[in-house]
Amino acid sequence: MKTILEAKNINKFFHDPETIQVLENVNFSIDKGEFVSLTGKSGCGKSTLLYVLSTMDTDYEGGLFIDGVEMPKKNEAFLAKIRNEKIGFVFQFHYLLNEFNVLKNVMLPGLKLNKYSAEEVEHRAMEKLKILGIEHLALKQANHVSGGEKQRVAIARALINDPHIIMGDEPTGNLDKKNSDLVFDIFNQLSDEFNQTLLIVTHDPSFAERTHRIIKMEDGKIIS
Amino acid sequence: MRKGLLINIAKSLLLARWKQTLVAAVGVTFSITMFITLLSFMSGLNDLLDGLILNRTAHVRIYNDIKPNADQPINKSNSNSKGHNFIGSVKSDANRQAIYNSEAIMKAIKNDSRVLGLSPKLTAQVFFNDGSIDITGSIFGINPTEEAKLYHFDEYITTGTSADLTKVNNSIILGKGLADKLLVQIGDAVQITTSKGDLFQLKVVGTFQSGIKDFDNVQSYASLNTVQKILSVPNDYITSIQVKLKDITQAPAVAKEYQQLYQTDAEDIQTANSQFETGSSIRTLISYSVGITLLIVAGFGIYNILNMMIFEKMDSIAILKATGFSGSDVKKIFIYIAVTIGIFGGLLGLLFGLGLSAIIDQIPFNTASLPTIKTYPIVYNPRFYIIGIIFSFITTYFAGWFPARKASKIDPVVIIRGK
Repeated sequence: MKTILEAKNINKFFHDPETIQVLENVNFSIDKGEFVSLTGKSGCGKSTLLYVLSTMDTDYEGGLFIDGVEMPKKNEAFLAKIRNEKIGFVFQFHYLLNEFNVLKNVMLPGLKLNKYSAEEVEHRAMEKLKILGIEHLALKQANHVSGGEKQRVAIARALINDPHIIMGDEPTGNLDKKNSDLVFDIFNQLSDEFNQTLLIVTHDPSFAERTHRIIKMEDGKIIS
Repeated sequence: MRKGLLINIAKSLLLARWKQTLVAAVGVTFSITMFITLLSFMSGLNDLLDGLILNRTAHVRIYNDIKPNADQPINKSNSNSKGHNFIGSVKSDANRQAIYNSEAIMKAIKNDSRVLGLSPKLTAQVFFNDGSIDITGSIFGINPTEEAKLYHFDEYITTGTSADLTKVNNSIILGKGLADKLLVQIGDAVQITTSKGDLFQLKVVGTFQSGIKDFDNVQSYASLNTVQKILSVPNDYITSIQVKLKDITQAPAVAKEYQQLYQTDAEDIQTANSQFETGSSIRTLISYSVGITLLIVAGFGIYNILNMMIFEKMDSIAILKATGFSGSDVKKIFIYIAVTIGIFGGLLGLLFGLGLSAIIDQIPFNTASLPTIKTYPIVYNPRFYIIGIIFSFITTYFAGWFPARKASKIDPVVIIRGK
C-alpha cells in the first residue's frame, strides 16, 4: 500500500494567553484508498491536527509528509501549490463564492492548477457534478442552491484536481440527518468506486462508525 | 497558472459589488475631471497673461544702452591697478543709441538658422499737442508687416489695420487711452513736437489696446520711415532690432553671442521678463498640487472601499487560499480591482475633463483690456491627459496595494475555524 499522508512526532503549542500543548507526539499514516475518520471530544485537538495536516497551519514541530515529500514550513507559495494539486477540502461551512455560478466554483481550483484547458476543466467539473448528482445545478448562482446541495458542490470542488486526499472538517456538522447521510454515502462511494483517500474530522459517532478506520484523540494525543 | 484567471476573479468581485465600485470610480473620475479642467484652464490663463507681454516682446533685443564708456582713462594708468577706481570722467553718450551698420547686422541675423524673424524698431520721444496741453508720449517706428507676423500686432488693434501705416503717408496708430485724451478718431490729424522742437502733423489710421493701460496712454505706432522723418535721421537709423527665435529657450545664449559679435547690447526675454516666468510656474505648480490632492483623496476612497470589500470577502479569500491560491495571487486580485477602478475612472475623467474644458471654452469672457479674447481661455494639451491617466494609475495602485497586502496575509485557518 502506498502511504499518502504521514505525520511524524507532531507537536503544537498555543502561546496565547499562556503556553498550552495542543498536540503531543502525533504519529500516524494514511494509506491510499483509506477512509479515515478523526474523532474525539470538543477541544481535543482534532481540528487543530487537521489544519496542520492540511499545510495551512505551519506553526508546529515535527514532520509532515504528503505523498512522501516533507512539507516545508516557510514556503507559502509551494504549500499553496500542494493544496491546489494534492488536497481537497470540505469544511463545515461550504465557502462557495457567491459571485460565481456552481460550475465556476467547482472549476476555480482546476483553472488555478492549469493542467487542462478551460474546456477540459469544465468537462471534468461537469463529470464531478454528475457523480454527486447535482449536474442540473451547474449554471445556478452559488447562493441560489440549498444547504445540502452547497455541501455537495463543495465536495465536487474538492474533487476537481483528483487530489491524493480529501480532508473534511465536520463536513456534516451543519446538515440535517438526510443530507448528512447523503454526504456520507458520497464519501463512501468515492472510497469504494474511485479508491479515493479521505480523512474526515467528525464528532458524530454514527458517521465515524461507518468509516474504515477511526483515529480517536484525547487531550492532543492519539489514543487509538 | 492560467493568465486571465486572477483578472477574471477580480472582475467578478468588482461586478458583484458594482455600486461600491461605481462610487470608487466616480471619485477617481471626479478628481481627474477637475485635474484636467483645472490645468487646461490655468494654462489657458497663463498663456493669456504671458501673451500680454511675452508674445509681444522680442526674444532677443539688440540695442545700444545709454551708459558710460567702460574704458575710463584712469583704468589705463598702471599706478592704481590694485585699488578700485571710482573716478569716471567720460560721461554717458546718448548719441550712440543708433545701431551702427544696422543693415548688415539685420541681414546676417536673418540668415541665422535659429531665428524665426526680426523687426527693426526706432523709438521717438514726442509731445502730442492738444490745444494748450502737451502730452508726453512715444512713437515706435516699426515695420508693420513684420510686427504683425512676429508679435501679433494686429491682435490688439481695435480700430483700423496695421497695413494702413505703410499705405498712408505720415500715419499713426494711437493707444486707446491716448486717442481718448486727444479726442481723435480715425481720419483725424494729431500734431506732435519732437524733442528737438520740430512740429509734425500725423494722420490717425487706427487705435490699439494692448491690455496694459499705462502703455495705451502714452504709446503709438508709426512706420519706420515716418519716425525716421520725424527725427530727421537717415534711412538706416534704428535703435533696436527685435529678434524672434524658433526656440525661446535659446534666447540667453543667442543674446550673449550677438552682444559679442555685433559689439552692441543684447537682452534676452528671460532676463527682461523674469517675473512672468515665475508667475507662470507658480500658477502651474498650484494647479498640479490641487489636482494631485484631489487624486490622493480619491485614492483614500478606493483604499476604504477595498478595505471594506476585503472585510466582506474574508470567506472567499480564505477558501481561495485553502484551495491553492497563494498570498501573492490574492494580492494581485485586489490590485487588479484597484487599478481597474483607477483606469476606468481615470479614462472617464479624461473624457469629462475634456467636456468640461470645452464648455468653459464657450463661456463668454469680455474684458476691456483684452479686446481679442471673447471666451475663457483653455489650453488643450495632451500632456495633461497623459499625466492625469498616469497619476490615476499610480494613486489607485498604491490605494490598492495596502489592502491587497492585508488580504494576502489573511490566515485561512483563522477564518475557517472561526465559523
